[in-house]
Amino acid sequence: MSEAHPYIPNSAPKIREGMLREIGARDVQALFADIPESIRKDSTLRLPGSRSEMETSVQVSGLLSTNVSTRDVVSFLGGGVWPHYVPAAVDEIVSRSEFITSYTPYQPEISQGMLQALFEYQSMVAELMGMEFANSSLYDWATALGEAARMASRVTGRDEFLVPHYVQPDRLRTLKTFCEPAGIEIVEIGQDRRTGSVLQDDLQRKVSSKVAGVYIENPSYLGFLEPNAKRIGEIAHEKGALFIIGADPVSLGLFASPGELNADIAVGEGQPLGNHMNYGGPLLGLFACRGDRLLRQMPGRLIGMTTTKDGSSKAFTMVLQTREQHIRREKASSNICTNEALCAVAAAAYLALMGPQGLERLCKNILANSSYAMRQLKKLDGLNVPQFEAQHFKEFTIGFDKTGLAASHVNAKLLQRGIQGGICLHDQFPELGQSALYCVTELHTRESIDRLVEAMKVILEGR
Amino acid sequence: MMPYRQAQWEEPLIIERSSEGQVGFSLPNTEAPPMNIPSELLRQIPPRLPELSETEVVRHYIRLSQENYGVDLGIYPLGSCTMKYNPKLLDRVVATTKLQDLHPLQDNESVQGILRIFYELSQWLAEIVGLSKVSLQPAAGAHGEFTGAMIMRAYHRKNGDLGKRDELIVPDSAHGTNPASAAMAGFKVVEIPSGEDGCVDVKALRSSLSPRTAGLMLTNPNTLGIFEADILEIARLVHEAGGLLYYDGANLNAILGKAKPGRMGFDIVHINIHKTFATPHGGGGPGSGPVAVTKELERFLPVPTVECAGDKYYLDFDRPDSIGKIRSFWGNSSVLVRAYAYILMMGQDGLEKVADISVLNANYLARKLSQVRGLELPYADKVRKHEFVLSAAKMAHETGVTAAHLSKRLLDFGIHAPTVYFPLIVDEALMIEPTETVSKQDLDEAVEAFSKASIEAYSTPDVVRDAPKNTAVSRIDEARASHPKTMKLTWRSNAQPS
Repeated sequence: MSEAHPYIPNSAPKIREGMLREIGARDVQALFADIPESIRKDSTLRLPGSRSEMETSVQVSGLLSTNVSTRDVVSFLGGGVWPHYVPAAVDEIVSRSEFITSYTPYQPEISQGMLQALFEYQSMVAELMGMEFANSSLYDWATALGEAARMASRVTGRDEFLVPHYVQPDRLRTLKTFCEPAGIEIVEIGQDRRTGSVLQDDLQRKVSSKVAGVYIENPSYLGFLEPNAKRIGEIAHEKGALFIIGADPVSLGLFASPGELNADIAVGEGQPLGNHMNYGGPLLGLFACRGDRLLRQMPGRLIGMTTTKDGSSKAFTMVLQTREQHIRREKASSNICTNEALCAVAAAAYLALMGPQGLERLCKNILANSSYAMRQLKKLDGLNVPQFEAQHFKEFTIGFDKTGLAASHVNAKLLQRGIQGGICLHDQFPELGQSALYCVTELHTRESIDRLVEAMKVILEGR
Repeated sequence: MMPYRQAQWEEPLIIERSSEGQVGFSLPNTEAPPMNIPSELLRQIPPRLPELSETEVVRHYIRLSQENYGVDLGIYPLGSCTMKYNPKLLDRVVATTKLQDLHPLQDNESVQGILRIFYELSQWLAEIVGLSKVSLQPAAGAHGEFTGAMIMRAYHRKNGDLGKRDELIVPDSAHGTNPASAAMAGFKVVEIPSGEDGCVDVKALRSSLSPRTAGLMLTNPNTLGIFEADILEIARLVHEAGGLLYYDGANLNAILGKAKPGRMGFDIVHINIHKTFATPHGGGGPGSGPVAVTKELERFLPVPTVECAGDKYYLDFDRPDSIGKIRSFWGNSSVLVRAYAYILMMGQDGLEKVADISVLNANYLARKLSQVRGLELPYADKVRKHEFVLSAAKMAHETGVTAAHLSKRLLDFGIHAPTVYFPLIVDEALMIEPTETVSKQDLDEAVEAFSKASIEAYSTPDVVRDAPKNTAVSRIDEARASHPKTMKLTWRSNAQPS
């Protein structure tokens, strides 16, 4: 390797030596003489030697090319990260180097582009959720839920948080991690085994003056919608608890928004809005709320619209920073600093392209495809599809108990036919028996669904 | 110095561009879905989203991008943020369906490539920081801090000490995320003052250590850019008191291949991938904040960990002592793959060069800028690592031009401002980190810009105080932005419920 480096201009010997002379240093090593010798002596990195750009490109692409992607097979995986079409315009917009290579907009005058894009993102998320305010992103749905529980506890001064039974396991475990040090206890509320609806008598029993918040998901992790959401909110509010709804933002093109269902806080996963699955990250935590009392306790960065000092034009800047860690330190509403800004820009561009009509049509498209899949699978002898008597969106469960087959066995057989089956649910929810969660979106053509049904038929016949 | 003028589009809000009936999407035709959906499940009020053609949406965002400053436009010396150049190859290698279209719950056999990248990257990061095992899951530095603090919690719980050890010690020069993360993990924050030399005051540390000490959070080099030379003594004291040592990796760039936090005595380290390993910051994220720990603390890492048996890579969920989950799924993959490519390309020799030149650049710039009228370099006798902090107190006193004013004037010259008013221990602080990826010419132009602003401060101070003028907008009315009566957080509402 030559001494000059493509990303390190001053490594060129002549320049480096000149600079060293100017600061009166003998050599570069002299700049590290303040590090105790006993620490320095073991510091050599046992790493591969450097490679050219070309070699690196070949090696990394080569490794990635061994992956089998959801484009190479037909996949029915969802459950927290979902396959949706990402318009080319979205990828183009978030590839702009001015966006990608900028930092958090601490200097607003020179960062108006990112600030305006994030302000518009906040506006669109608030619209979608039917809430008054949205922040400019958290890490993902799971951490947004953790933050929501902590915020509910701060606002109400209470330390119990009620969560329905059918919650995505990662999300529940993350919630527990976030709540434990704050002394918040997670209490489970039952859901009807037949309809999936929250058991109101169980809720009534558990909601007390100790409860900070009641959380539901709509649609749920298992794809069914909650018909009694408003009533659940009323029960929470009667006891002075906050009502928190987690939602798939795509569903909100057609289905009732958290705001319409009287939620105080709304959370969700923004990945379906123009962000690729990327093996599960980065994701995009949606977080919205209403009312001044909640706003002041909100985690994460907020962008506001104001004017220039001379009043000549509109302008954007970070606001209410006194909630944040760089000002408030240990008293901050959250420790979050780096967030998912670029994913938020992707979501905003996606929503701008879709508009209200596009989102509604997308929902109907997904409903058409997923109900077609359910209809066709239902025809197969022994399958219980879906396991809940409810309206579903995008995802549904298949029960295999009557077939005598294990869901994992079905998946293995499907995989041999180039099909990635749904998430096996047995370990998470044993009461569902042998069961799997299937996800069908606008990307699933009728042919791909027919292939699944055909393969399933063969597997069932061969049992 | 090159003249600078940022685009000034006065781009309206995207909702103001909306006109009814326009669409920016196309979808395949499907049959009409069964719409026997109960009305209480349906949305009553459609969301007020813009209606625009694709052309208009793209133009809107491209115009906005032109009103945004990034590393690709010029020097970005934000202290402690390590705004280095992001090699273009990194963006290219992740723009593939073989990553973008991977679902995290796919069959293990189908994701061997990405798991191998995760595994090797973990090994490399452990080697770089001199510790035993790494979790790639945290989404950002602060998320890594929270994870690390939770690991401390789990360690003390395992020892039956959780109730007793409830204090985390943080120096007053620490990043704000440190105390915030410590508090989130349930610890009481004990702040200790810095000593005369800008480093940890070992005496103050000694007197804050007690049987209640859970640990100490530290960055080394510290936020002044000075290497904490007493680190071995500090580590000994904290360990003797029964506490753990946490390393905030924000400043790791300075010591790559020069010193390993593990060798200094740190037990837990988070690494800011988006700083040290050249992945783009994306206007505030996504980043990635892996956490490395000692052998003793491995059992507490979040689930799952990435493991290798023979030539098979897999995720290990069976870890009974783990702190649990800290997020959905396994990590910010597209950021991590970029870091993998970066480390592979740089190699051991390239990374050492990163440390060499980032430190050379910082010392060069510190020397030059400390000669600018009105600026002073506190603790001037100490060699700097990757960054340094200037004080503009003299200038503020003599001219009324503050660090904030000065930084706004730099924007006019096409130079991103330093971090201002941090760390809190320096009056009128300007925290400057040039990184290794700037040229000498960039540095000399920065010096010229500071000098020009200084001359203006002493001759025509209003020019500086009224800056910036060459940016998309002039000075912003921040008071109006945060005032309850005028605050606007969405295009619909004011803050106060009407």
